Amino acid sequence: MQLIPLLIILPLGAAFFISLAGKNRDKLCDIFSIVITFSLFALSLFFVFNAKNSATPLIYKVGGWGLPGGIILVLDGLSVFMLAVINFIAFIINIFSIDYMKKFTDKYKFYTLFMLMLGGMNGVVITGDIFNLFVFYEVASIASYALVAFGTEKEELEASMKYTVMGVVGSLFILLGIAFLYAYTSTLNMAEIASLLAQNGINSAAIFVSVLFLVGFGIKSAIVPFHAWLPDAHPAAPAPISAMLSGIFIKSLGVYTLCRIFYNVFGASSTLTHLFMFLGALSIIVGGVLALGQSDIKRLLGYSSISQVGYMILGFGIGSPLAIAGALLHLVNHSVFKSLLFLNAGSLEYATGTRNLEQLGGLRTKMPVTSATSLAASMSISGIPPFAGFFSKLLIIAACIKSGYIGYGIIAIIGAIFTISYILKFQKYTFFGQLKEMNKNIREVPILMRIPMIILALICVFGALLILPKAADTFLRPAEESLSKGTTYADLASQVSYEK
Amino acid sequence: MNQNNGMSVIVKTVTRLLAGFILLYGIHIVLHGHISPGGGFAGGFIIALSYILFMLAFGKEEILKRVPQPMISLLESLGALMFLAIAVFGFFGGYFFANWLPKGIPFKLFSAGTIPISNVALALLEVSLGLFGIFLVLVLLKFAPLNEEKTKKK
Amino acid sequence: MLTYFLCLVLFCVGFYAILRKRNIIKIIIGIVICEYAINLFLILFAYRMNGRSPLYSPNQGITNMVDPLPQALAMTAIVISLATTALLVGIAIRIYEKYGTFDITKINRLKG
Repeated sequence: MQLIPLLIILPLGAAFFISLAGKNRDKLCDIFSIVITFSLFALSLFFVFNAKNSATPLIYKVGGWGLPGGIILVLDGLSVFMLAVINFIAFIINIFSIDYMKKFTDKYKFYTLFMLMLGGMNGVVITGDIFNLFVFYEVASIASYALVAFGTEKEELEASMKYTVMGVVGSLFILLGIAFLYAYTSTLNMAEIASLLAQNGINSAAIFVSVLFLVGFGIKSAIVPFHAWLPDAHPAAPAPISAMLSGIFIKSLGVYTLCRIFYNVFGASSTLTHLFMFLGALSIIVGGVLALGQSDIKRLLGYSSISQVGYMILGFGIGSPLAIAGALLHLVNHSVFKSLLFLNAGSLEYATGTRNLEQLGGLRTKMPVTSATSLAASMSISGIPPFAGFFSKLLIIAACIKSGYIGYGIIAIIGAIFTISYILKFQKYTFFGQLKEMNKNIREVPILMRIPMIILALICVFGALLILPKAADTFLRPAEESLSKGTTYADLASQVSYEK
Repeated sequence: MNQNNGMSVIVKTVTRLLAGFILLYGIHIVLHGHISPGGGFAGGFIIALSYILFMLAFGKEEILKRVPQPMISLLESLGALMFLAIAVFGFFGGYFFANWLPKGIPFKLFSAGTIPISNVALALLEVSLGLFGIFLVLVLLKFAPLNEEKTKKK
Repeated sequence: MLTYFLCLVLFCVGFYAILRKRNIIKIIIGIVICEYAINLFLILFAYRMNGRSPLYSPNQGITNMVDPLPQALAMTAIVISLATTALLVGIAIRIYEKYGTFDITKINRLKG
């Protein structure tokens, strides 16, 4: 129980220590950061098994201060689920970035910002206080703005400027929403806000605040009217950061906070769920169509991320337990295979020096590991059985049709057709086809970059085992229950004593 | 003193008299953070302003002789680590971030547990050097804009 | 009542600057104006009728204070906006170094 704040202390302490002592010592930074991310991953697994055995969520009062005015850290099913995903993907990407970042100078600055971003994401997921959520959200966001501009070339600076301005506008809306919410309920704890809103009902103040939160968090999770930063930020960032952004950042800062606020604090009204479903369907179509015409690998994968996040929002919007389970499973699957696809794009860029689809081709014989793992990820994202992606898409489409929304089910199926077509385009132009002359002398990427790709590909293939009842009870079901119980999250407040 | 560097003689004389007082006022706000309004961030800001005033009046070589550049980033990270260490030591009081030193009589200078120590760690070492470092980096970047290079090539 | 309305008008002025101005520095100034408006809004909500500033004093008994919690929130928001503004200005200086202009209609190499 006392180990809960370690999830925030370890990355922040590592960030400050690396900025202090890492100036010309690359090996020290590498080893230290691997140790820290591995221990964070082990801690998150410990909490997964610990939270399953206890009936109530794990609660930690920071500083011993009780409810009026104290900050409470809450680990219920959904938080523990997100923690496991975030820390695992961060560990894998850390192994990849040891070799990839040798091209850039000042590796210690990269690790400082990386650890800050990881600490911010962990903090967002475990906190139970809405202003603390905003502070950690800003810590992670500012670290990511600086990381997108890491190479300081022309295009990277322009992409980072667009991303920063849009992200700051989103944060302004969130802060305005928090100010209104404090003025309405005069408390900052999410469980107390939930109980007060359940007593007073949804009136015009609550609707105004929920629109502000939808815009603010929607900008960060790249739902369709607010997606314009994503296709510019993803090609410009270095490959491990693109994988981190698309794999866990837009999900832990965007989709998780949307679910937490709109299911547990405000209560799911029917207007809201219809709005989620509409925005999700729009994201699926727009992301899919725009991904078909791209010739830059990472831009194509960025639009694909917009499309897959649309699937998740559609699943969360439908609201039945089957749909929520499908959306959560799609969250895990998408983290794994999208990170793998971005790491593959990074390896291609490391080996050949270009990202343009027209200049690549026939690399299957030259880069066997990269092409095999890329094939596994592509089959998983298209939803081909028995890979993991098939089950999550099947659950979402089945839940659509079971709840009676036939139109949304048809849109989801059309989205799947778009997905398979742009992924086939990616596969054909990079790995199959004719080998061009300028690529005759490339070699496979170093061993430390191959290991993370192989691990992620194995999870793509065998990840369908997560649906077996024993694994699903540990991992998926507590997360889905904590979202389905809605505003009874508020009786968390009664478990924390009013003291000091 | 080199007359070409920095601003005119009037500004330099007044700065020589005032910069020490501004620094002292900032330290006063930091140390009395638990009694009167202010505290870590506001006091650190004022200390950083005294450095910036000195740099604007005398030019950046003078301030870099007194506060050399590697020391700025070193002390800033050290201040952040000290703040985190004070929070971790709260585990002695049972919880993370707890206030575990004995709290004396209210309104005296040595009271309120760990709050004055974290004020000092935050303000003197982190906020002031952080803000001064940001200002230094924004000023030190020397470049020739693109238009001048194009006309030179022609 | 009028004060809250004027505060939101200030937010709208800053937001107009973010949306319609073409110079990067003017966009940054618009962001800063929006942040001022939100901090002002937070502190305005803390006012209680006939309240005084929330400080204890050694020899007086104080009963009616304004709410001190939004003042702490505004302090944190000021620090966060300082960090964001510093980052934006740094990126803007580097953009001027690479592109030679601050006009956002001319900085569009990324398309599609």
